[in-house]
Amino acid sequence: MSSVKTSTGVGTGLTALAVSLRGVTKVYDNGVMALGPLDLAVRKGEFISLLGPSGCGKSTALRLIAELGAPSSGIVRLARHEGKAPPGHGIGFVFQEPTLMPWTSVRENVRLPLKLAGVPKAEARTRADEALASVGLADFAEAFPRELSGGMKMRVSLARALVTDPDILLMDEPFAALDEITRFRLNNDLLALWRSLRKTVIFVTHSVFESVYLSQRVVVMSARPGRIQADIRIETVEPRGEEFRTSAAYSDYCRSVSAALAPSYSGQSML
Amino acid sequence: MNAQATVTAKPSGVQRALRFVLPVIVFAAGLLAWELVVRIKDIPPYVLPAPSVIFLTLVKDWAVLSQSLAATLLTTLEGFVAASIGGIALALLFNQSKWVEASLFPYAVVLQVTPVIAIAPLLLIYLEQQTAVVVCAFIVAFFPVLSNTTLGLNSVDRNLAGLFQLYGASPQQTLRLLKLPAALPYILGGLRIAGGLSLIGAVVAEIAAGTAGAGSGLAYRIAESGYRLNIPRMFAALLLLSLAGIVIYGVLALVSHLVLRRWHESALGKDN
Repeated sequence: MSSVKTSTGVGTGLTALAVSLRGVTKVYDNGVMALGPLDLAVRKGEFISLLGPSGCGKSTALRLIAELGAPSSGIVRLARHEGKAPPGHGIGFVFQEPTLMPWTSVRENVRLPLKLAGVPKAEARTRADEALASVGLADFAEAFPRELSGGMKMRVSLARALVTDPDILLMDEPFAALDEITRFRLNNDLLALWRSLRKTVIFVTHSVFESVYLSQRVVVMSARPGRIQADIRIETVEPRGEEFRTSAAYSDYCRSVSAALAPSYSGQSML
Repeated sequence: MNAQATVTAKPSGVQRALRFVLPVIVFAAGLLAWELVVRIKDIPPYVLPAPSVIFLTLVKDWAVLSQSLAATLLTTLEGFVAASIGGIALALLFNQSKWVEASLFPYAVVLQVTPVIAIAPLLLIYLEQQTAVVVCAFIVAFFPVLSNTTLGLNSVDRNLAGLFQLYGASPQQTLRLLKLPAALPYILGGLRIAGGLSLIGAVVAEIAAGTAGAGSGLAYRIAESGYRLNIPRMFAALLLLSLAGIVIYGVLALVSHLVLRRWHESALGKDN
């Protein structure tokens, strides 16, 4: 049905690709061209941000990579998940909202992907608890989502995305609805997780500051239909921390990313 | 801060008690006025029986009335169970295919808007009496279950549905782990309405059956007592019907609260 294909070991060696999009477009049923053509290559273990104005198709791109929809044309390739896990396992997805099931406990929410894949209950439980511990919520396994704060719900959502041990983590403006203090904390925690787990992360955001702080590469997209406007590499001393947020290099990067983003907002007026 | 909390906590306890006590006082005052008017004006019981007479009738005729109550409750229960299963099953079927829904939904509406009192005599001709009565209860009660369940199944969070798709959930898993739990508050709301309606359906059918000279339920007992001008017994039977309705509603509301209390807004306290 979909033209999404998986392939093994594209370009072996140091620059093995986790995700590659070639000439990908998406036209909605109402004829609106939402995306593309888009070409994008993401190396294994890379942390990239897709940055653009709202409605530029960055969420659409993410959904295409997650196979939550088929591209109208072009090819989406994912490096195949190592191991015997069923399809879909290679990807963890964090939505804009926490997207938790309100009727069950935090542990059951995190266990869901394993349950759907038929992982035995005891093993799934252990892995869910490990994932919760990795986001600092080990003590809240029995709680119900409504008992948690917004930031904690997002952590649960992150734990659920990590529980299948995916190669690729897709995040769709996950922290957009949080207050700044919580967002900064989660930014740092996400960076720490990325350093220890070595996942490929594709992070969609409309915040210049967040994208520069988090990612190795900021891919700036133009207004609808979304195309790549600029691809800016952020190089700094790793591991990053709060001192990077206040450094001169950080503000220089923010300035150049903002400049690259500017044409998206000028010119055509969008509805 | 602390003192304020205790100050506001106290009246809320009193308020809660008043909420319960006030209707009881109104009820008692009404009964008393009724009793006094009947006694002072010396109204004969076949015109308006006093509450005390109704209560005595209830005790005296308990053997007959309790049997009728049991018959009506059984009919109501059967109709309710049929309506619940039928309504939920039909909603699940509708959810599988919009074409099935488009083909069948108008007939569900037709069945709902046609007054059951007009259908009952026909059913009594074609069906055995007990079956006809249950079918009447079913017809009246199934629609709210159907429409509420349909609404619930269509109200699943889109992102959660996407999540299930991402992890390759089978249709059966999606139904069991996502759609049914998401629809549960709506289903329970539908069942709460259906409980009262199946009692109404049962009563309507019994009245229709009663005019045909057969039956055993409370409504039949009311019709029969009417013919015999046994007004106190009519009131006693009516009282039992009201109580049955209140108990049915209370039980279903309690079940709904117990099932949803840990997560759904409707069952959570205001201060949460």
